[in-house]
Amino acid sequence: MGNVVLIILLGLAAVAGLFGAARGHDALFQAHAWVIVAASLVAIVALLQRLDRPSQEDTENSYADGVVRFGVIATVFWGVVGFLVGLVIALQLAFPELNLGYSFSSFGRLRPLHTSAVIFAFGGNALLATSFYVVQRTCRTRLALGGLHWFVFWGYQLFIVLAATGYVMGVTQSKEYAEPEWYVDIWLTLVWVAYLLVFLFTLFKRKEPHIYVANWFYLAFIVTVAMLHLVNNLAVPVSFLGSKSYSAFSGVQDALTQWWYGHNAVGFFLTAGFLGMMYYFVPKQAERPVYSYRLSIIHFWALIFLYIWAGPHHLHYTALPDWAQTLGMVFSIMLWMPSWGGMINGLMTLSGAWDKLRTDPVLRMMVVAVAFYGMSTFEGPMMSIKAVNGLSHYTDWTIGHVHSGALGWVGMISFGAVYFLVPRLWNRAGLYSLRLVSWHVWLATIGIVIYAAAMWVSGITQGLMWREYDPNGFLVYSFAETVNAMHPFYVIRAFGGLVYISGAFLMVYNVWRTIKGTPEIRAVASDVPATATANSAA
Amino acid sequence: MMDHETLRHLADTWGLVFLFLTFVVAVAVLFRPGAGSHFRKCAELPLKDDRKPDVREPGK
Repeated sequence: MGNVVLIILLGLAAVAGLFGAARGHDALFQAHAWVIVAASLVAIVALLQRLDRPSQEDTENSYADGVVRFGVIATVFWGVVGFLVGLVIALQLAFPELNLGYSFSSFGRLRPLHTSAVIFAFGGNALLATSFYVVQRTCRTRLALGGLHWFVFWGYQLFIVLAATGYVMGVTQSKEYAEPEWYVDIWLTLVWVAYLLVFLFTLFKRKEPHIYVANWFYLAFIVTVAMLHLVNNLAVPVSFLGSKSYSAFSGVQDALTQWWYGHNAVGFFLTAGFLGMMYYFVPKQAERPVYSYRLSIIHFWALIFLYIWAGPHHLHYTALPDWAQTLGMVFSIMLWMPSWGGMINGLMTLSGAWDKLRTDPVLRMMVVAVAFYGMSTFEGPMMSIKAVNGLSHYTDWTIGHVHSGALGWVGMISFGAVYFLVPRLWNRAGLYSLRLVSWHVWLATIGIVIYAAAMWVSGITQGLMWREYDPNGFLVYSFAETVNAMHPFYVIRAFGGLVYISGAFLMVYNVWRTIKGTPEIRAVASDVPATATANSAA
Repeated sequence: MMDHETLRHLADTWGLVFLFLTFVVAVAVLFRPGAGSHFRKCAELPLKDDRKPDVREPGK
């Protein structure tokens, strides 16, 4: 019955899409309207096929893991896509001929495709999948609100497709990490509210009296991203049938809103959410409770109270009032403390079990991730200091910093979670190959180190060249000369990216073989306790 | 409609006091006497059986 209503709604969406395709004011909007039509039709066909089959999943006796399985596959898929586009644009910087002369293959179009693919598609799906997994396990109850989590998952994929196709075609509102235009923003708002409701109502019907700290981090991530998204994207569309809008803010207010959003996207999307992952998966994989639960709560409150103020450090020496710049710097420096408290908490969870690092490459992956969390949260506050920022800002140092956080912390904790989840979600005794995981850990680590080191050298070189004056007060280098000097580092950076992505391909193969359950894998009956299978496997 | 100066003044006086006190209260609750064993139990939460939901009547 519910499916019939859904099919009717999707039919209406398809008709609305057709209307937009026919009456849209510009070709870009029309193209996106066709995407809506196509997505609605695909969804209708998929639903029609299951009409005659009764749903087997809707029982309170089991966790809603179907959506987690899809989320894990989407994480792996978008991860590889995002890394590949990253490699392409890294090579474009080293060899500009690779822009190919088409608008859609130019660096300016592909760069937001890369950032959004890795942050929102790869990272976002990792957060969706793990938050749904963790909230069910730690509340000991099935996801609330029936099948709404499927809307969250597929709606989010549609958002990704609309954003990605828009970037390539040239739809952008020119806000970093928030490039999609107004109609895509509204769609994401709907999806996000549904996500918040599923998460909240699952918490409400929990069977455990206490809400485990990982859920606090996930909830802070969901609520704060909603707030950031709404304020940053306040805009007036030129037409309700057109792809162009104008921001509600202008000048320095616009810049501050943008970086209030931008830095908290780092703080709450790429940090708080993934800390939720850390606080669940590291204890699970180490089979020990977190080092200090009290420290984890202090970590939580200190992190969310401080992060929200750190954004202005992106606008040092600009038209932003001095006091606001200093405020951003001071709060960034204070962030050292909760960040390192959290890192120490994650690492010390292994205290008394460090030997597991020798035998368990999945745990090694997670520990390297936490180490990179510590590394980049040390580097970030340092770069927010005005004097340092005067040298580092607008240079490749920033790019290196972002990538040690994104590839090291976000990427590797997500890989760790994927390796943890796949055997459990598909009922396998273990991963297809732990040796491949071990290779992945090393390739990823070495790739990041090559990447970050190249960007340190190139960034500081760039910064020093830009500020080099001769005795008469003239700039010593023209801008083109500084670009020329970057070439070797861009080649090294692309090589680092290649090493990192080859590790990701090993993960794809490993996950695929694990899911396929080739003869090496013994399928485990679901009624055998997890501990018993672990013992028999060892 | 409040102007920029008023808002800023509110933020760096009462706003600051409010947020700081909230933080102090959160930490004080955390370290209240006798809370140690409670939080040690909370930390064990993920390590419980994770295969099936708890479908008994809610008794929290």
